[in-house]
Amino acid sequence: MSALAHVFEEAGIATLALGSIGAHIQGTAPPRGLWCEFPLGRPLGKPNDPAFQHRVLAHAFGLLDSSEPVVEKFAETIIDDGTATMSCELPPRHDPSLHPAVDEANGLRPAYDRAVAKLGNRTGAGRTVAADDIGAAVLAFTKIAEGTPWKEAGIPGIPARVAQDIRGYYETAALALAEHAPAAWAGARWFFTSTEAGRAIVDARQAMADAGEKHPIWFYITPGDM
Amino acid sequence: MADSDIKALTGGLELPDFESTAFTTPPPLAEAKVAIVTSASLHHPDQDDFSPMDTGYRVLDGGRRDYMCGHWSPNFDATGIALDLNTVFPIDRLDELAADGTIGSVSDIHLSYAGNQFDLSAVRMDSGPAGAKFLRDHEVDVVLFTPV
Repeated sequence: MSALAHVFEEAGIATLALGSIGAHIQGTAPPRGLWCEFPLGRPLGKPNDPAFQHRVLAHAFGLLDSSEPVVEKFAETIIDDGTATMSCELPPRHDPSLHPAVDEANGLRPAYDRAVAKLGNRTGAGRTVAADDIGAAVLAFTKIAEGTPWKEAGIPGIPARVAQDIRGYYETAALALAEHAPAAWAGARWFFTSTEAGRAIVDARQAMADAGEKHPIWFYITPGDM
Repeated sequence: MADSDIKALTGGLELPDFESTAFTTPPPLAEAKVAIVTSASLHHPDQDDFSPMDTGYRVLDGGRRDYMCGHWSPNFDATGIALDLNTVFPIDRLDELAADGTIGSVSDIHLSYAGNQFDLSAVRMDSGPAGAKFLRDHEVDVVLFTPV
């Protein structure tokens, strides 16, 4: 973002760049930068909090008063302590003939549909895997976790993108099941630690790494620090 | 999994170097037309999704609210934008600022790039200048850049 700000400013447009990583925005030094120490994915800080978002924007637009390049830090911070997890109940086992992860994914479909109807679909299924095909994609990851080479497991696309759609499907469904707006990363932690599908993806990633697959193929299946 | 650990993973990335910093003085904010440019890979459902290492941009219609996030990285919280588009793309907040006269107007069009780039040369030399010209041709005075 900060690099693009340099380019746009050169073209004659005044720019304001928000940045979530202090070293990046300070190191790239855009013409006008505002370091907002918020979790990645939330550059305006707090969802559904217009007053907070307006405070961020007010500071950013205030940078236009500077007569020279400037990078400042927003006064309020939001720090993820690495522990917050979504609290939402998973559907009970419905079809014992299915793999538990597939049964779980199918059971979340009503919640997913409710969330999409209410919020729209910005990060759920559909980039590579349609909601109707999430169960099959989950099953492919369970096969990899159990030792099937990933190219033979029926993964319907680039593994990282398929995993992203599954995670998005689950996190979107969880927004309908939970009674609260989750803290940043709480949805991802819930998915990767509390769900059958999330654990299968983690195990599949490890199996791919252990099998000597190329780093980019497995590394981006989960957040990089896992 | 922690936000600080994921941010630390980016510590070794080589940052682009700019020998000088261009600086444009805009008209008074109350008269300025403002657009958003995001690196969240947002696109409308009827537009092409972003491919890996996609250096192009998508033109976003400010009158619509059907955006999908096509970013390829798993290294950000996705529930914020799922709950509230404005967490990443504060289009409703800009509309409010225009309504109360803080800013002159909100552009009808905005741009989206893919932020997960390791090689910025194409963006710096090609799609970046093209996007800037596109917004200048639409008389945009100020751009707010948002990451994801």
